[in-house]
Amino acid sequence: MIRWLVGLIGWSLAATSALAADPVTIGVGYLGVAGTRSTLSLVEQPAENDGVAGARLAIEDNNTTGKFTGQRFTLEERRIKEGEDAVQAATDLAARNGFIIADLPADALLKVADALRERGTLLFNAGAIDERLREADCRANVIHTAPTRAMLADALGQYLVWKKWSRWLLVVGSHDEDKLFADALRRTATRFGAKIVQERIFEDKGGARRTDSGVTQIQRQMPVFTQQAPAYDVLVAADESEVFGAYLPYRTWDPRPVAGSAGLVPRSWDASQDQWGAIQMQNRFIKLNSRRMTPLDMQAWTAVRMIGEATSRTSSGDIKKVTDFIKGPDFSVAAFKGTRLTLRDWNLQLRQPILLVDGRMVVSVSPQEGFLHQVSELDTLGYDRPESKCKLK
Amino acid sequence: MQIEVRTQMLRMWRVGLLSGLALVAAPAHAFIAYVSNEKSNTVSVIDTDSWTVTKTIKVGQRPRGIDFTRDGKFVMVAVGDDDTIQVIDAKTQAVVDSLPSGPDPELFAQDAAGKILYVANENDNTVTVIDLEKRTRLGDIQVGVEPEGMTISPDGKTLINTSETTNMAHFIDTSSRQIVANVLVDARPRFAEFKHDSSELWVSSEIGGTVSVIDPGKHEVIGKVTFDIPGLRKEAIQPVGIGMTKDDKTAFVALGPANRIAVVDVATRKVTKYLLVGQRVWHMAFTPDEKYLLTTNGVSNDVSVIDVAAQKVIKTIQVGELPWGIAIAP
Repeated sequence: MIRWLVGLIGWSLAATSALAADPVTIGVGYLGVAGTRSTLSLVEQPAENDGVAGARLAIEDNNTTGKFTGQRFTLEERRIKEGEDAVQAATDLAARNGFIIADLPADALLKVADALRERGTLLFNAGAIDERLREADCRANVIHTAPTRAMLADALGQYLVWKKWSRWLLVVGSHDEDKLFADALRRTATRFGAKIVQERIFEDKGGARRTDSGVTQIQRQMPVFTQQAPAYDVLVAADESEVFGAYLPYRTWDPRPVAGSAGLVPRSWDASQDQWGAIQMQNRFIKLNSRRMTPLDMQAWTAVRMIGEATSRTSSGDIKKVTDFIKGPDFSVAAFKGTRLTLRDWNLQLRQPILLVDGRMVVSVSPQEGFLHQVSELDTLGYDRPESKCKLK
Repeated sequence: MQIEVRTQMLRMWRVGLLSGLALVAAPAHAFIAYVSNEKSNTVSVIDTDSWTVTKTIKVGQRPRGIDFTRDGKFVMVAVGDDDTIQVIDAKTQAVVDSLPSGPDPELFAQDAAGKILYVANENDNTVTVIDLEKRTRLGDIQVGVEPEGMTISPDGKTLINTSETTNMAHFIDTSSRQIVANVLVDARPRFAEFKHDSSELWVSSEIGGTVSVIDPGKHEVIGKVTFDIPGLRKEAIQPVGIGMTKDDKTAFVALGPANRIAVVDVATRKVTKYLLVGQRVWHMAFTPDEKYLLTTNGVSNDVSVIDVAAQKVIKTIQVGELPWGIAIAP
């Protein structure tokens, strides 16, 4: 037994000294759901590799740095098909990868997080924007690079209030996530002093998103749907399900701008964002993936860059060490948004500016000037520490 | 067309007259500053005696890094979106040539003899080496992600390149053109400057909000300059350009959207004063007599003039849109 132990120590010593020559390999897994969702606008239809393409670019960026630090990053992608068990797929990925980037629905993510807790795998939630994952259902082994609905709603609300468009006509879809986004928008209105003059529900009665003569009907339906509203400045749409939002701009009964799920949209990233050195990254992304970069790509890129940042700062590939550093007070990451991004230590949500985009340009970036905070102005977006229900475990 | 030409001539005549007048009143030391305007695609020429813009030169797209050739005859300006460095004849103040840089050149450094130019190409993680006399490309050096800051040690033996996403200062041996060391600094390193006595290398980190002081012999960070401006959020403090007086006693650090230049005592690495300049201050250049320091203020489209001895801002000059780099004739 002792001889065996001595042998093991000797072997690990040899392995350590060999590290100087051989790079340390840091495995990153990417776990997503197979298939893509349907959008109203054909140009917004996500690519098959939405998300993982961003992770792939960050792996390349990390490896460029890794040449100088003796670290090598690998990416292993796994897509769960309908009916397949997320936990099983995640456990399999975790066998080879200490870090997993997840683009999963909230419930699946929680199951995976709980299953991998003992193992020490660090998860990055790149896809789910649900508040509850950062609040009552928060987990100590899940870091969130995706913004939350409240952060997105606040980012939009700050701009609308700054613009003095403070009377909102809120149109909500009939699906659960539409209602959650509407909740976030109502909270925003209360926080920043906007008034929701009326709410309307747009019932999803089914039907195809692609038809040959769709425009003719939509042009007649949308004005009728939005007529006889009380005086309002802006129509705010909550339509995460992509049922009606994109039909609203230019078709409202009153000539009013549209914001929320269509028109002026809050997003973590946009293909048109070129400030703060972003142009280089957009170019790298296009070169690697032959398409433009989406918010999900950016959220995955940021997650993998966070790992790279921590491994280079700690000169280590050790999961525990890297995890502790990321969660620690000295961690920050640069992500082409004009300011360093840090983690909210109470729920592991990444603080980040939110872009307001119209599909062609970045119109503005929130937080807006004048929205002050004693710790970080980024904390004027979303739930703040005193309101948090999260107890990390 | 005819009218256009006549207006042009009239304008030239007026400029000639004005500069003639200036000459009459000029004290012994008038210098010429060249400012690259990132958005206007122009270079503004400033006379440091009258503190006015005497000429605006049209250049390529997105001009940023700018410097004189060692003989003072030409001004080189990196026009990133045209993937080249343009050469302006300082006498005629017109673009006369371009250099074969790699894609998206931003900042560059030249050796002491003025024979070799090293260019940071942000888009493909390389530093391009150019023969300035022959105006040909000699080769590339692979560095980290988004190379940006460039400087050469006073002895000419070491080239420093900083890479913004890798967060390192790369030490490159200029004879072998190999990387000999990499020093990790805070996030998004933008600019590197040696002390004139070579004892320290200062590297600014825009997102990290610090200036790292590196021992160039040991390749280690030996100290950090930090900034704290009461009433200003920490995220707004984004150090970029650095200027150091020839006696190595005082450093000036541009703090970007903090709209200030920090005056730093080099020995103690402590900030002694903050000078309020224009908005989003990027880079700076001393007049050769070191009486004045000129800073480019990106968002307010102007250049601030600092009296170096008095440590006071004495003047603001309107230039083109989004002024970025600045060089003053030797």
